[in-house]
Parts: sequence; C-alpha cells; structure tokens
Amino acid sequence: MDIFLQQIINGLVVGSVYALIALGYTMVYGILQLINFAHGEIVMIGAMVTITCINFLIGHNVNLPGPLLLALGLAMAIPVTMLLGYLIERIAYRPLRKAPRLAPLITAIGVSIVLQQAAMMIWGRNYRAFPAILPSDVVEFGGASITTLQIAIIALSIVLLIGLFLLIERTKMGRAMRATAQSPDVARLMGVNVNNIISLTFMIGSALGAVAGVLVAANYDQAHAYMGFMIGLKAFTAAVLGGIGNLGGAVLGGILLGLIESIGSGYLGDLTGGFLGSQYKDIFAFLVLILVLIFRPSGLMGERVAERA
Amino acid sequence: MTKVLLEISGIHKRFGGLHALNDVALTINQGEIYGLIGPNGAGKTTLFNVLTGLYQPDEGKFTFNGKDLFCQKPYIVVGSGIARTFQNIRLFANMSALENVMVGRHVRTKASVFGAIFRPPQVKNEEAAIRARAMELLEYVGIPHHAEELACNLSYGDQRRLEIARALATDPQLLALDEPAAGMNPKETEDLKELMQKIRNDGVTILLIEHDVKLMMGLCDRIAVLDYGKKIAEGRPEEVKSNPRVIEAYLGVAPE
Amino acid sequence: MNLINSLPRKKGTLIAFCLLLLVLPWMISSGFQSGSSYLRALDMALLFIMLALGLNIVVGYAGLLDFGYIAFYAVGAYTYALLNSPHLQAMLPSWMMYPPFVVSIVICAIVACVFGIMLGAPTLKLRGDYLAIVTLGFGQIVRIFMTNLDRPINLTNGPQGINNILPPQFLGYNLGKPIEWFGLQFEPVHLFYYLILFFCALIIVVSIRLQNSRLGRAWVAIREDEIAANAMGINTRNVKLLAFAMGATFGGVSGALFASLQGFISPESFILMESIMVLSMVVLGGMGHIPGVILGAIIVSITPEVLRDVINPLQMAVVGRKVVDPETLRMLIFGAAMIIVMLVRPEGLWPSKRRRAELRPATKGIALQEKDDLQDAERNHD
Repeated sequence: MDIFLQQIINGLVVGSVYALIALGYTMVYGILQLINFAHGEIVMIGAMVTITCINFLIGHNVNLPGPLLLALGLAMAIPVTMLLGYLIERIAYRPLRKAPRLAPLITAIGVSIVLQQAAMMIWGRNYRAFPAILPSDVVEFGGASITTLQIAIIALSIVLLIGLFLLIERTKMGRAMRATAQSPDVARLMGVNVNNIISLTFMIGSALGAVAGVLVAANYDQAHAYMGFMIGLKAFTAAVLGGIGNLGGAVLGGILLGLIESIGSGYLGDLTGGFLGSQYKDIFAFLVLILVLIFRPSGLMGERVAERA
Repeated sequence: MTKVLLEISGIHKRFGGLHALNDVALTINQGEIYGLIGPNGAGKTTLFNVLTGLYQPDEGKFTFNGKDLFCQKPYIVVGSGIARTFQNIRLFANMSALENVMVGRHVRTKASVFGAIFRPPQVKNEEAAIRARAMELLEYVGIPHHAEELACNLSYGDQRRLEIARALATDPQLLALDEPAAGMNPKETEDLKELMQKIRNDGVTILLIEHDVKLMMGLCDRIAVLDYGKKIAEGRPEEVKSNPRVIEAYLGVAPE
Repeated sequence: MNLINSLPRKKGTLIAFCLLLLVLPWMISSGFQSGSSYLRALDMALLFIMLALGLNIVVGYAGLLDFGYIAFYAVGAYTYALLNSPHLQAMLPSWMMYPPFVVSIVICAIVACVFGIMLGAPTLKLRGDYLAIVTLGFGQIVRIFMTNLDRPINLTNGPQGINNILPPQFLGYNLGKPIEWFGLQFEPVHLFYYLILFFCALIIVVSIRLQNSRLGRAWVAIREDEIAANAMGINTRNVKLLAFAMGATFGGVSGALFASLQGFISPESFILMESIMVLSMVVLGGMGHIPGVILGAIIVSITPEVLRDVINPLQMAVVGRKVVDPETLRMLIFGAAMIIVMLVRPEGLWPSKRRRAELRPATKGIALQEKDDLQDAERNHD
C-alpha cells in the first residue's frame, strides 16, 4: 500500500508539471489549431535561464534564502521566455496563417531545432546541476515520503492554475481570448484585436512553461538542452489526452498522465513477471494516448464535433 | 404500373435533444422527379444525408431497388445506385474538372494496388474507359471545354454542373440534388431545369431539394413537404400547393 | 500522366540524366578529397528519397499526417538485420537465416506493411493532428521496444544494436567487398550506390503509377474533401489504410537497404528527429509532387553533410579559431534554413502546378467565388 501511495505522490508531482506545460500547448492549439512544437524548448530555456541567474547571484555572494533566490531567477526567466514566445509567433507562425496547414508545423520544428542548438551553444552539451538552494526536508506519512520541494511544486502549480482560470473566466482579456478561440473572424468583427490576443496567448503559455521548466529542473536536480523535447512531447500528449483546446482537459490530462506513468512503471515489472521493467515508463504515455483516442477520439473532455455534411 | 425505386418508412434521426427526422416515410417511383421542400431547418438536408448514407438513421426502414440500405455505409449506398450533390458545393477543389468526374468512376471500377503498379492490359483499358466516360459526362452537362481546369477556378454555375457530372459518373439510378439552383440567375436556372429533364429522360430518377418554388412546381412529378422533421404533405405539385398545412408551415398562419 | 506522356519528348534529357547518375559516384570519388564520405552521403540521400516518397503517399497524397514514419524504416532495418546477422542464429531455425537478398527485401517489405496496417486500422478514423500525435506515439513505442528488448530475451540487443549484418549477395557477387569490372575498381560504396539507385528508381516508378491510378485519385480526393469522397462511394477507411500500408512498405524496403549498407544498426538511427526530417523533406520539397519531394530529400539530407565540411574552415577564416562546436552550428543553420524556406515558399520549393495555383492569392477560393456569384445573381434579379 505504501508503495502505491508513493507512486501516487510522484505521479501528482510530475502530473502537475505536465499540466502547466500542457496548458501552453492547448491554449495555442485552441486559437490557431497549431501544434507549437517549440513549446518544449521554451520550458527548457526557462529552466536554463533560472539556473544561470541563481548561479550568478550565488557567485556574487548574494545571501538570500533559497526560495527568494529562486523567485529572482524566475523573475528573470519569465520575461525572457515571454519575449521568446512572442517572437516565435511573430516570426515563424504569423506570416503563415493563411499558408497550407503543414507549413507552420515545419517552421515550428525549425524553431525548435534553432532553440535547442542555441541552448547548446550557450549552456554546453552537459547536464547543468540545479543549485542546491531549496530545502528538501522529507515529510513522512502513511508509509510514503514527500519532500517539501514536491509539496511546493504541487502547491505552486495549483496556484498558477487557479490564477489562469480566473484570468480566462473573469477578466475582459480572458473573454477576448475565449471569443478568439471560438471564432477569430467574429471576434475581430466584435472589436477584439485578434493579433494581440494571439501574442498574449503565446506569452502566457511561455510564462507557465518557464515555471514548469524550473520545477522540473528542481525536482530532478538538473537541466539539459535536450530536456524540452521529451517533456514537451509528454505534455502535448497530456493535452490531447484531455481534449486539445480544452483548458480543464489539459490539467486533467497532465495529472492523469503523471499518475499513469508513475503507477504503471512502478507495477509494470510485477504485472508482467519481470518481462517488462520500469524502462518502459515512457511507453505508457503513448499507449494510453493511443487507447484513449481510439475509444474517445476527441479526448477525455473534448466535445464531440458532429461532422456536418 | 410504376415501379417503386426507393422506399423509406418510420425514419427517425435525433441529434442530442433535437428530433431532426420524426417518423418520415416516402416512396420514390422509377423515372420521376421527386421534390422535397420545406422551411429552413425542416430536416430536408438531414433526410438527404440519411438517404445517401452520410448519416445513420436511429430507426426505420430503408429499401432501394429491393435492397435493404438501412444504416449502410456511404460506399454501399453509392454502389447500390444513389448519388448526390451538396448544397454548398463540395468539389475536389484542386483537382481538374476531368479528374473530379474520374473520381466518380471509382465505385464502378476495380483496379487494385497491384493493378496500378503493374498496369496489365485490363487496367490500362479500364483507365482509358474511365477517362473516356468522364469526358463524355463533361460534354453531357455542357462543360467539356473546362476539362483541364481546376475545379476551384470554374464559375459557380459550372461548378454545379461539374458536381452533377461527378455524381452521374457513379452510374446512379437515383440522383439526389441538394439545392442545385441556389444562387443561380434565371437563365442559369432555366438551363439547369433542361439538364435535369434530360437526365430524367435518360432514365435516371431524380430527388430534388429546392427553395425555388416556381422551379419545383414546373419540374417535379411529385413533391413532399417537411416541417419540423415531419412529412406534412405529399402529392402532385398543384395538390401540395393548395394544402392548408403547407401554407401554414410556410406562412405561419392557417388560411381562413 | 503528364510526366509519362512527356517522356518521349524529353527522352534525350532523360537519357543524359541517367548517364549522369551512373557516372556521378566516379565524379564524386575522384573530384573531392573526402570523396568517399560524400559518396556515403549520396547513398544516404537516395535512401531518404525512398523514405520521403513513401511518406509522400501518406502525407502528400492522402493528407494523413504521420509523425512516426521512421518506425517502418526501423521495422524494415531490424527485420533485415535479424535475418542476416549472427545475432539470432542460435534461436531461429537455420532455413530462416540468411535468405537470398531479394527474399530478404520482400520479407522486410511485408513485415513493415503489416505494421502499417496494424497501426492504421484502429487509428485512421482519427482526424488531422490527433492522427499525427498517435503516429508519433507509435514511433516512440517502437523505438522504446528496440532499446529495451534485450531482456528477458535478447531480440534487439538493446542500445548497442545489431552488428555483423551480412552485405547483400546476389549472382555470386558480394557487395561488401570491392569488385573489379572492366578494369574499374568498384568499392562497396559504389556498389551500394547502384543498388540503392535501382530501388530508388523502382519506387519512383511505383509512385508515379500509383499517382495516376484510380487509387491515387481516391487519395487526393480524400485529402481535398473527405465527406465528398465518401459520398462518391470511396471506401475511405480502406483507401486510407492502403496509403498507410504503401507508405510503410516503402519505408520497410528503405530500412532493409539501410541495414545492409551500414552493416550495423542501433535504435539511435530511428529517433523522432528522423521522422521529422523525412516529413520536412516532403513539405520543404513540395507535398504531393514527386520531383519536389526528391529535391526536398536531397537538400535536407545533403545540406548538413556539406555544412559539416564547410563550417570549420569558415570559422577559422572568419574568427581565426574554433568558436562554436561545428555540429551545433550546422544544426542551428539547418533549423534556421527550414524556417526561412517555409516563410518564403510555404508551398515548398518545387510544388506541383496545382498547389501553386492553390496558393496564388489571385485565385479565388470556392467560398469567395460563391459570394461573388451570389451578388451577381442578386443583381440579375433586380
């Protein structure tokens, strides 16, 4: 039982990070029907900038408590990623809005390659350790353990999610975003500046991505120029799982995916009599995705769109 | 004794809470032009989609030419001899007019992958026959000079004609036309009427949805009227025209 | 059809082109210092042409977005490797081992085709991006199995991959060793060039024939408007499945050739990036247009190789020392080039006339035209 509980905790931690990243994918997809392949790289850059910033502060003997250092790092990383998100949309996607659907997909892949390689140039090929500034006390309960860091990850994710929902459901800007997602043309006619809304969507998604990147790096104590790829892929999977374009779906999909992965990989060895071990962890994300889509093609929370003849 | 070509009865179709078709029954005889009219949202296009296999009805009976077509896939329906056009033209926009019609021959030809790759004589002959038949149909509807043009570059009226040619390429016994005259000027409508009469005289039964009442009255042998998913009248044009329920459905008041 | 009809007229050019292709490896191996590495790049480019043409059937013709295409390449390569290396000798009955080369290729094609159908059958009802992501997942699953199926039964030898794959042998010749003909020394790279060129030509012919068939038209019809294709009596499910299976078959054949060329394979060669590369070949070149796709494959596969040789001297000349890792810089340039080409030519470098027409702003779409005509109709009524 305690192993089970432990897997659930691990799953929730990873899942809440997936959820944050999945939101970035799903918001962009909801408005532009575009898979923003470069989002994973934004996550990576968020982590890298934060680490550099914290190391810089430590290097200059700034003696501040860990969480504050982290906050300063984030305060640096978030504007950087927001700017990047804005630029990516402006340069690589906006000119292609009327082009064939695959063209922006290819530029997205191009942007992803460029960002990855640029990160390699700046931060090198090796793993970067996340500075040990955060307290990692272990809290034991019910036979399972959770670190304060992990609690903080979940808490921060929840706060951000609530913030985002309030932004989208309660503000005028949020209403404009929802209108644009429904129908950009009608939104434009109603006086919404659709281009601004799209830029904003990219920036909000990027900011969430940066935070998620830092959380991942802190959780695993490291970051790498290639880290964005797999985590981006998983988060996108989560977004599709929940029903792409649906914010609640992205959160549900992210958390579910985290749980499935962690529980699945924990029990895979026992289930298959040692035939398949935890190295198959990554298979779960994709297996679940394929199964869900086969039986519920619009994702868990997606609406079934009746095909109109 | 006229032969019944198509017969449906007790057809129901629901979309969530919307009862789009409620116990609809009708029969179409071989060789007639059968009209379907009704106010907007009456379920005409839904019925059309059911008859051509794009929608699966929830319950009811559907026989065509003695064959049970209830809940069959579109390719079975087309193969049995029902072809259609669309209200908002659905051509293969970036294929040439000729290619569009050639696609219509798909269901009547059978070259497989291996046939396509190795091109034995019978496949070559089949391909030539497809091309010849497609060209013939373009001439039949009066647009042979546009054969090599992309469908999206044709004029609106010619696109309508091309859609009819493409449907005819499937060798239908029943041709179902969804508002073919929509957006046409009187001259074009008149030409279209002639084309439909020509098709009927060549032995193809026609099912027609149209808003142009004048056109329908002059063209159809029988007309059915749908309102709120129910058939409220059926008969010869003049009978339908004077039916009080029809007038009520269209004008909203019962005549005194 | 046009391509075939115009062949007689262009016969001269075609023959000249074929001759050029035949002597090309000799020009390269004697013309450059690093000739044989360029020749290898050329062999790889031919393999990528085959892959891109296979994916072109799926994406370009039928409009199905496939992100896991490289999985079929992997399936072909592993099938070939397992049959033609000592790796499974202890497990498989001896009559299964080392089949004749042509038989190996056919087996690989069939196995890949079966994989294609297995993936396609349950997933093809999915639309657009959902299909893309499912195929992506499938590609990942195949890769993960390749990496991990070294225990409990050592099937794939895990991350190390499979070594000692026998080079193709037929008509008594072994393509793994230099052969002397007419006083010319044919190195294995040359021999493979001709072998792959032959298969490449075969796949081009098959592609053209499929394109101009009843099935090719059905694929394009589905891409253009699936509902209308349905209403024309096309069994869209089966026809799409066929596109998938054909694409997978092409991938399987290329994979088998790749394994025989390399002599060893490992999961490293079949990562998602490779799928993405093949997809960008198709899109950059011009989707659905065979010459365009070939051009795309050549450019995408050769550019990084050329950059590899150009970058270091360039860095030395400009800055005087090695500033950045050349590997990183060349990928960076490559990514930037992808973005720029797409921004300048969204329809691809060499699109079919049809696609070009589709994107020319002067051409009215149907919707626009409909509006105009409606206005005309109203005017006529007045």
